[in-house]
Amino acid sequence: MQDNLQTSSYKQLEQKSKYKNIFLRWFLYFVLILFASYFIFPLYVMVVTSLKTMEEIRQGTLLTWPSSLNFDSWLVAWGGRGYGAGDTFLRPYFWNSIKMVVPAVFFSTFIGAMTGYVLTKWRFKGDQWVFLFLLFGCFIPFQAILLPMARTLGALGISNSIIGLVLVHTVYGIPFTTLFFRNYYVSVPTELVKAARIDGAGFFKIFFKILLPISAPIIVVTVIWQFTQIWNDFLFGSTFSFGKAAPIQVALNNMVLSSTSVKEYNVDMASAIIAGIPTLIVYVLAGKYFIRGLTSGAVKG
Amino acid sequence: MFKWLEKNLPKIVMAPAVGLIGWFVYGFVLWTLYISFTNSKILPKYELWGFGQYEKLWASRKWLISVDNLLVFTALFLIFCIVIGIILAIFLDQKIRAEGVLRTIYLYPMALSFIVTGTAWKWILNPTLGIQKMFIDWGFENFTFDWLVNREMAIYTIVIAGVWQSAGFVMALFLAGLRSVEDEIIKAAKIDGAGLFTVYWKILLPMMRPVFFTSFVILVHISIKSYDLIVALTQGGPGISTTMPALFMTQAAFHKSQVGLSAASAMMMFMAVAAVIIPYLYSELRRENAR
Repeated sequence: MQDNLQTSSYKQLEQKSKYKNIFLRWFLYFVLILFASYFIFPLYVMVVTSLKTMEEIRQGTLLTWPSSLNFDSWLVAWGGRGYGAGDTFLRPYFWNSIKMVVPAVFFSTFIGAMTGYVLTKWRFKGDQWVFLFLLFGCFIPFQAILLPMARTLGALGISNSIIGLVLVHTVYGIPFTTLFFRNYYVSVPTELVKAARIDGAGFFKIFFKILLPISAPIIVVTVIWQFTQIWNDFLFGSTFSFGKAAPIQVALNNMVLSSTSVKEYNVDMASAIIAGIPTLIVYVLAGKYFIRGLTSGAVKG
Repeated sequence: MFKWLEKNLPKIVMAPAVGLIGWFVYGFVLWTLYISFTNSKILPKYELWGFGQYEKLWASRKWLISVDNLLVFTALFLIFCIVIGIILAIFLDQKIRAEGVLRTIYLYPMALSFIVTGTAWKWILNPTLGIQKMFIDWGFENFTFDWLVNREMAIYTIVIAGVWQSAGFVMALFLAGLRSVEDEIIKAAKIDGAGLFTVYWKILLPMMRPVFFTSFVILVHISIKSYDLIVALTQGGPGISTTMPALFMTQAAFHKSQVGLSAASAMMMFMAVAAVIIPYLYSELRRENAR
């Protein structure tokens, strides 16, 4: 009775506010779309500028639509003009980034899965502290490790190489991957593992037969997170590599800053799009997992 | 032997991660700390020299400008990101059509690197061909927008680009927080006659305290570390008007052969981050143990 009364009065209230709030709805949509245009504006400008000729750029404004779809600047950004020395273009650096990202993501994800597994299913005395010890690595400002890292890479003979960058990105990815896997495996019932242990299953068998098959979501989250972080890194790339071994973000920055000839904004924008497109595609295809990584990497400590 | 191996296998598997982090994080930070107390120039020297580098650092005009810029940037970055993030989260929470599309648009900058977005913003803010020209062509003939090359205003261009990149992230955090509140609470408040505004202002936002805390920590962390965006947008210029600690550190270390000084500046950054992060980790851990 009481319940009925409440729901009906609630419904009435909602009915009333429905008409009253029509103006509010319009305002809501107006603000949301206004912000959406603020967020989309740079992407629009990038795409449009990359399709114009320099002549059109000088005549029109940021917003003017190109007269024709002209992909010349994309070709120049990707493959150069073919005049040899001094001709910088992104293709080789794009492959550098791929060669750096794939192993670094693989190793850091694998190590993170293992440590996350031990920290939750083979608990030992003081494991909380070990977790905290690893976790703090998520937050250190990398400036505090740049100098010794440069010396270490030099001593190992892998400074200014892709292998060096793979090492750096693997190591500094471990705190994040551990965090992801640890928080995921915490919610897997430990009884499963205990039962398997009684049946005589060993450490690795339990991991590969019980945990790995149910790990797909967290592997996706981790791989996407690591891929985005490493692909977008500039600090390590610019500090530990130069010239031919540079990853794409460093190459993009050098290309944009080079003041050798007349500034070609259309080529700059095409280069920026090429450097941004892999992570953008991943985001559009797997946004759900991307956001999960962002929020769990941040919210949970 | 085999038994021992079996018993300690978990710890052996943990060892690489602990060893790598111990060496590459803690060991390296300690090394940097030690070097900050030496008079190292081009190469590290190992005789202790006391607090000389720190005295030099805080007497350096460039460092003081860096710190000043960092404070201005952090304050504005925090305020705008959190205000915009909350507004978008609350508005999106009103059963909006095409919510998925809008959310995707608000958050996509997080998928791009600061170099990519810095390049784009540099072009948009270009004083001759960018926004300024757009307004002049629209008929505002005296419109000027030269912040990028204006010593006084250049720091605000970094705020504009930084907020653009990170506001969507705050939105995602708050939206997740708002969605986790039980519908019953909102219904009950509405039955008691509370308007939508009151529901959010008096009930929901106060419940979001942990989300505020998290956003604060993450944003401060991003801003102390900000480096890429400045390199791509202004290179610390015009002059040194937009330099920041992270830029100061790398320049001192790798361009000016001031290894000791750069180590001291790195340690100042480290301490600033630790001052924010350690209370955060402590409270998170306590919350987890309380559960």
